Amino acid sequence: MLTKRIIPCLDVKNGLVVKGVQFKDHEIVGSILDLAQKYSNEGADELVFYDIGASTYNGIVSKEWVNLIAEVINIPFCVAGGIRTVNDAREILNSGADKISINSPAIERPELIKELADEFGSQCVVIGIDSKTVGDKYFVFSHTGDEKTITNTKLETKNWIDTVQELGAGEIVLNCMNQDGVRNGYDINQLNIMLANCDVPLIASGGAGHEIHFNDVLKKTDSSGALAASVFHKNLININDLKKYLKKELINIRK
Amino acid sequence: MKIGIIDCGGANLNSIYYSFKRINIKAFISNSLSELKKMDAFILPGVGSAGIVMNKLKENNLINLIQETTKPTLGICIGMQILFDYSEEDNTDCLGIIKGSVKKIKPNKEIKVPQMGWNRVITSIDDISGYYYFANSYYTDNDEHAIGHSYYGKKFNSIVKKDNFFGCQFHPEKSSDIGEKFIKNFINQI
Repeated sequence: MLTKRIIPCLDVKNGLVVKGVQFKDHEIVGSILDLAQKYSNEGADELVFYDIGASTYNGIVSKEWVNLIAEVINIPFCVAGGIRTVNDAREILNSGADKISINSPAIERPELIKELADEFGSQCVVIGIDSKTVGDKYFVFSHTGDEKTITNTKLETKNWIDTVQELGAGEIVLNCMNQDGVRNGYDINQLNIMLANCDVPLIASGGAGHEIHFNDVLKKTDSSGALAASVFHKNLININDLKKYLKKELINIRK
Repeated sequence: MKIGIIDCGGANLNSIYYSFKRINIKAFISNSLSELKKMDAFILPGVGSAGIVMNKLKENNLINLIQETTKPTLGICIGMQILFDYSEEDNTDCLGIIKGSVKKIKPNKEIKVPQMGWNRVITSIDDISGYYYFANSYYTDNDEHAIGHSYYGKKFNSIVKKDNFFGCQFHPEKSSDIGEKFIKNFINQI
């Protein structure tokens, strides 16, 4: 059976890896290639690169650094940010990315998901969803890379998950925004609600602060993996140590 | 030694190209029959869908080259699936080199589709048993030519071999150190 994936996420802005707290106040944490290499050596199962400036400023991720990563890294990686058309996606995939992840552009024009799945296959098409409670419901937020542009789409997260699956999404990264950057643990409750109607792999995101949070989310939900950023960038958790701990906890983990 | 990566139109040819470059093997990406004829071995890469890949091979007049070659040929993911007779994906007639059909994985609570991530490959070949990266919605289970298998809900073929044809359902180019070992193992057949 598949092992549970541990996925460091590298937020990229202007060609550098950055991290903000609850999507605000970005600080620089290092170079793309150095961090990609480091995590790959430590045993990361996959890497995600989010070009967080791109969707906000109408740009496109740089295929040059995607190429550089593909040349050096021999584990799968996904690139997100500013991909609006089949041609944008083709550039990134041809440069060596395994998957592309789209978020705001899919909300603006959901048919893009179908176009991408038809062209490259569902396994290449990841949908990133930023979800947050408003009252007693979960809603999808868009343009979350910058606090000036962040918008409640009024789409209920549950309904949006149905829609993206119908259109051919091959994976969902559910970023639970109430938890993001605050390191209080993954949003187990929300993840379980969303996983109930999810046939495609779903990756938990937002809230990792301690090793035990990974154990919790992988034991208490059917998430296919857990994504985190700051705990890895700030060296609070070493991926190799984390995987040893999870293995001891009898979670199915790749050595 | 020259490796011909057959351009079947799918994206991500670069990943395979780089996986050879990392072990100092010269590889060429091509869809030209005359160029490919000069190669010592072939890679049939796999991103896209069975229908698209077969159409591209037809368009470029490469079907006979593959069917008739006696050179070592490795199909990766969809590249492995099209070695079989038929694929449920796009209702596609494939190369017919290996008997059997390619079927869709049925999802349930534990089985998410696509199968995406690292799964264990069990094979009797020294040194290459272990965890590899998979990204597939279809599988084969006619194990007549299987030399490696894995489990996802049920048993399926993860490595097949018939004469000079090899196939792997996973992506060795994305499977870290063990993937590199798998590729070197293929090179040693040349």
